[in-house]
Amino acid sequence: MALYDVIFYLFATIVLVSAGGVVFSRKMMYSAFSLLFTFFGVSGLYVLLSADFIAVTQIMVYVGGILVLIIFGVMLTTKITGVDIKSGTLGAFQMGIAGLASLAIAVFMIIMSMNTQWMQKDPLAETSTTVEAIGGLLFTEYLLAFGVAAILLLVAFIGAALIARRK
Amino acid sequence: MEQNFVYDLIGENLIGYVIVAAMPLMFVLVYALVAILGELKISAWIQERLGPMRTGWKGVLQPIAEVVKLLQKEDITPANVNKPLFNVAPFIMFTGAYAAYAVIPFSSVFVPSGINIGLFYVFAVSAFAIIGIVMGGWASNNKYSLLGAMRAAAQMISYEIPIAIAILAVATLAGSLDMQEIIKQQAGGIWNWFLFGGTGSIAKVWVIPFTFALFLIYFIGSLAETNRVPFDIPEGESEIVAGYHTEYSGMKFAMFFFAEYSNMFVVSAIITILFLGGWQSPFGDFMNGPVWQSIWFISKAMFFVFVQIWLRWTLPRLRVDQLMYVTWKVMLPVAFVAFFAVAFWAMIK
Amino acid sequence: MIETYLPLIIMLVFGFGIAVVFMLLSEWLGARRFTPGKVSTYESGMPPRGTARERFSVKFYMIAVSFIVFDVEVVFMYPWAVQLGTLGISAFIAMMFFIAILFAGYFWELRKGGLDWD
Repeated sequence: MALYDVIFYLFATIVLVSAGGVVFSRKMMYSAFSLLFTFFGVSGLYVLLSADFIAVTQIMVYVGGILVLIIFGVMLTTKITGVDIKSGTLGAFQMGIAGLASLAIAVFMIIMSMNTQWMQKDPLAETSTTVEAIGGLLFTEYLLAFGVAAILLLVAFIGAALIARRK
Repeated sequence: MEQNFVYDLIGENLIGYVIVAAMPLMFVLVYALVAILGELKISAWIQERLGPMRTGWKGVLQPIAEVVKLLQKEDITPANVNKPLFNVAPFIMFTGAYAAYAVIPFSSVFVPSGINIGLFYVFAVSAFAIIGIVMGGWASNNKYSLLGAMRAAAQMISYEIPIAIAILAVATLAGSLDMQEIIKQQAGGIWNWFLFGGTGSIAKVWVIPFTFALFLIYFIGSLAETNRVPFDIPEGESEIVAGYHTEYSGMKFAMFFFAEYSNMFVVSAIITILFLGGWQSPFGDFMNGPVWQSIWFISKAMFFVFVQIWLRWTLPRLRVDQLMYVTWKVMLPVAFVAFFAVAFWAMIK
Repeated sequence: MIETYLPLIIMLVFGFGIAVVFMLLSEWLGARRFTPGKVSTYESGMPPRGTARERFSVKFYMIAVSFIVFDVEVVFMYPWAVQLGTLGISAFIAMMFFIAILFAGYFWELRKGGLDWD
């Protein structure tokens, strides 16, 4: 349906433009705030994939948490006393290596996405919500992964406290 | 989907969607005027003065005069600000504040977008307000603005955790994140509201203290979320002038201002939906038609808006360390204990 | 499911659109009288001193990290809350373990004073 195509390209444009902003902006704060639109656009794409829970989680964790953390992190940096914090540029040699590596990864990804059998889903298919399925599977089949996630969170919590403590 | 009277009238097409999306906008604009007048008149009443009296009968046209004034103001962009971010921030605040209205059910036959995870969504979009505030505060390149924005962000993320637990407890009771479903489960009069533990036998009495605790936690947290007194440290005028919007004026300031008032209604609406039966009539099926429902819903929510205004003119401001103490060391453990009790009740019920 | 989200997307566009309309109105109606004092940084009437781009306390960063940990936990808890009725006691116990592990970290942090604000 044409309307959904329009919406898809709208969100895809938001993601691409803002992600470009993140990468190419020389000012760190611009990069950080550009991420806001990237996260928003990606969450829109999730909705188009009928992954409603993931979409809202994207907003909640990435915009509400990670982005705030990144901004607070930028404000902790030592170079902040200038008017606008800038990220440095690499020399030509490093730039060449990085460019080649990125190109290789991009080619690899394109080949892979061409050769994968993607699961096709009718965007208008009747699915109510994914929360119930996620809940059901998480606490039966993937209980171990859930437990590992708990440990991981604990480690993150304690690690951050150890690094950041003043005394 | 099936729960929208607009679609019954004109069918589920693009025009229908646009009308559905525009209706909350009408409501918000009218509500903002009422809330501004309410703030002026209630503060006057509490301080034993008259408040605005010259515009219209007893000053009821004052908010319209204020809007006209704000529109006529010069749009000043101070010289030292970071212009792109400074100009984008009010739009993010405004759009984010309005986005929350998408899932608020005004009646059993009207909800703009009846998504199944509405409760989760409302909680998530409050993130945009945090980013908008930090963006505006940082871009202003003003010490007051930056301090206010950082304080606001720290405060808002801190209070989101107890709020999330309170929401979660109700989701456990209802077994759903769909706002309409949560409200439907509170049918049958005041005693079945989630404030009183929801439907169930008389054995539910033991859980009522815990639901009351969660209700209070949500309410206190929502005051912090909207930066209202006693949690208005981000805007504490005696220390940091006007906080994150110090450098803003005219329409851009109005957008921050509007977002604050709009958020006041959103949190009041959520508290109504979660604990006070949303659009359900307090008398069970009596006076529970679709129109009555929206009247009930709006009056319940407006009551909490009134309480927020009332508190603003009554309470002193907390200190920043007290604020962090309250959320991390008092509200968080209490919320988890109450959540545990409510979840246990929801399981054995 | 998508059609339920359509009004939401339209509402986002509307919200943004009305903000733009108000801005344009204000641009059209608003005064424009430039004075150098008007565009200077406000610092209670004094000439601004120093810079507003100072480094910030690590306390804010700590709060944000603690928030993310709890936030991710809460994300896990939402599907659990919806499914508790069907999953029953085993899921309840699993979640209590999850919360207990988190609270071990919380109490450790509390004892170390990581959540103090002074």
